Amino acid sequence: MRSSRALAAIALAAATATAAAACSSGGGSSSNSSTPAATGSSSPSSAAAAPSVTLTWWNNATNQPLLGVYQNAIKGFEAQHSNIIIKDVPIQNELLQDTKIPLALEGNNPPNIYQQWGGGVLGQQVTSGKVDNITADVASWIGGISGAAGWQANGQQYGVPIDLHVVGFWYRKDIFKHVGITVPTTLTQLESDDTKLRAAGYAPIAVGSKDRWPDAFWWEYFALRDCPQSTVVSAIKSESFSASCFATASTALAAFLKTNPFQTGFLGTSSQQGAGSSAGMVASGKAAMELQGDWDPSVMEGVSTNKNLSSELGWFPFPQTPGSAGSQTAVLGGGDGFSCTGTPQQAQACAEFLQYLDSPSVQAQIVGPGASGEPVVTSESSAITLPATQTAAAYFKTAAYEELYFDTALPTKPGQNLDTAIANYFSNPNSSTAAAIANSPSTP
Amino acid sequence: MSRSTALNAGLGPAATEDSVAAGPLRRPQWRGPKLRKKTELTILLAPGLILFVGFVLIPIGIAAYYSLFNWSGYGPLNDYIGFKNYSYAFKDPAFIQSIEHTLYLTVASVAIQGPLAIAIALLLNRKFFGRTFLRTVVFAPYVLPPAVTGVMWSLILQPGGFADQVFKAFGLGGLVQLWLANVHVVLFTVFAVLTWQYLGFGIVVLLAGLQGIPTELKQAAAIDGASPWQVTRRITLPLLAPTMRIWGFITVIGSLQVFDVIWILTQGGPAGSSSTISTYMVLEGVDSTDFGFAAAIAVILFAFCFVFALIYQRYALRRDTRGALTRAVG
Repeated sequence: MRSSRALAAIALAAATATAAAACSSGGGSSSNSSTPAATGSSSPSSAAAAPSVTLTWWNNATNQPLLGVYQNAIKGFEAQHSNIIIKDVPIQNELLQDTKIPLALEGNNPPNIYQQWGGGVLGQQVTSGKVDNITADVASWIGGISGAAGWQANGQQYGVPIDLHVVGFWYRKDIFKHVGITVPTTLTQLESDDTKLRAAGYAPIAVGSKDRWPDAFWWEYFALRDCPQSTVVSAIKSESFSASCFATASTALAAFLKTNPFQTGFLGTSSQQGAGSSAGMVASGKAAMELQGDWDPSVMEGVSTNKNLSSELGWFPFPQTPGSAGSQTAVLGGGDGFSCTGTPQQAQACAEFLQYLDSPSVQAQIVGPGASGEPVVTSESSAITLPATQTAAAYFKTAAYEELYFDTALPTKPGQNLDTAIANYFSNPNSSTAAAIANSPSTP
Repeated sequence: MSRSTALNAGLGPAATEDSVAAGPLRRPQWRGPKLRKKTELTILLAPGLILFVGFVLIPIGIAAYYSLFNWSGYGPLNDYIGFKNYSYAFKDPAFIQSIEHTLYLTVASVAIQGPLAIAIALLLNRKFFGRTFLRTVVFAPYVLPPAVTGVMWSLILQPGGFADQVFKAFGLGGLVQLWLANVHVVLFTVFAVLTWQYLGFGIVVLLAGLQGIPTELKQAAAIDGASPWQVTRRITLPLLAPTMRIWGFITVIGSLQVFDVIWILTQGGPAGSSSTISTYMVLEGVDSTDFGFAAAIAVILFAFCFVFALIYQRYALRRDTRGALTRAVG
């Protein structure tokens, strides 16, 4: 009896100790558990050469083809840099963006290379004190990279883009042909096309309002058409959309919403999840078009069995609104990039890896078959294989300017407030919800 | 049992009185039993206590501390703003709306799921062919992970989806709604899905309670001429009351904290029309990385649950837990 109690006590004590040990090691992520490597210490095998550096790389390439592209890039880079080892850690996008990165930057062992999307969110991450200023490390080559300014904070380079994205209309050429309509160049033509598409039994435009940010694309494009670039830039910088042209944009959007352009029940539709999403509706031919980023074709392929989709998809820019004060060819977009954390030695190694990712040969793979986006090295645009994306990339080059998605250009909280206010406006467009958009970034 | 045995066993007042009555003959008391009792209590309680303190009490304290700061999650906690996060919250119409929705779901859960669960439990407590199968069927939704429930119903409730087709098949096409997209309907839809998921839990809990009611009492009442309805009303339901009170407690706390199914179905939308305190908190904390503010919301939610739990314990559960969770009262 006594011995069994003693055993029970030992077992309990062991369980408690295990739990306590588990708690004490809970701060870091599993990918960072290789502490010696992550801290840049020398490995025995490279004692004669420069100290070996191992970098953990958090990215959202959980699926092919980008997963394979990144793994090939690691092999190619490590072959050229015998003292640098890259550990690839693909993480699901929303988990990476919303949870893992903020927590890691608040912890003591953030990943040495992590994905982010530039703008105000990067600026906010810089305040953690963990993100490396790599201005000096990239100075010799950053000038040849398109969109690099979006990865600056306080005039310093805190990240580097590896591809760029543009938002526009992805449409079904076969449906347009069936209904007998052409690609619209003005908003009036788009409304006319919508009427014909609805009469033919199609949802003219699909939108994933459940996710809020697709709604924001619409309002932001109206804002780009109605506001001069300087006003847009100033509004984002001051975190206030109180200029009158933004109210004009809201009014124009409300008028457009009154034409009933979207699918039935669009307020409850997600943008990318499953066949019932807005992307799925276009892929299945229930809807004719969607305003989305250039990742949309790959999303559609993931939720559809339509093997002819790539040839059936076309792209056109957001229509012009003649007579408006803003640029009629400005585009909304963004990109994927990476930032560095760690010691100066690690930062230097990270910058070298980012330079490799931005080299022409890797750029050609990043935007190659099955991938999405435009290269940051313009010479590699020819590597894009999807005709619709080629059209988007060609237009991107001629655009008056590219404005970063507003919710990314702004710091996180104001950006999310803006998305929420725009989603509320979609639900009930009136003067009150329009005023809420104007004031949204400064809402506490 | 001999006196010495009684002492060794630490038998309460009688043994103690004997010892005191011994007067000058009293010998130093052997402290073995007390020490052993303390050791056992320590060993048995320590693991649970450590986990409770580490994963409940300390996080609550940390959340309360964070809620006093304007903190985005990046950098040090150096922008102390006192209770401003709390005042911001109660000035935000979206938060007030989320409280209203949470209260609606809580009240509706008790008022609608309760009678439904009792009625079905009473039905399933009778002997009939296929009873076990039916019991399994009603409990099955509760076994599903909420995430699966959310995804499944989001597909069923799509415009033109399975739900709409069922309505039309029964000639009720006029009742078809934009279940997840109409701001005036979506909260009722969410409640219907929550009822589908959690009704089975109530039924099974109440069935367990019904099993504990002695059949002799019902038989005696029947012999005395009580009708089946009188037996149910005068015998069964009063004896089922302790189980109903426990179910009510679990349901109210669960409703106040409800998150997962709603998040997957609607993310609290459209335009916040199905938001709850929990969805509001996640939007502010995770999506907007306003962790100081979200911590304040978490503390408010905790306060709601805690106050309710105290009141419920004091006025509803006290009679059931008398002498167990409370001190014995006369």
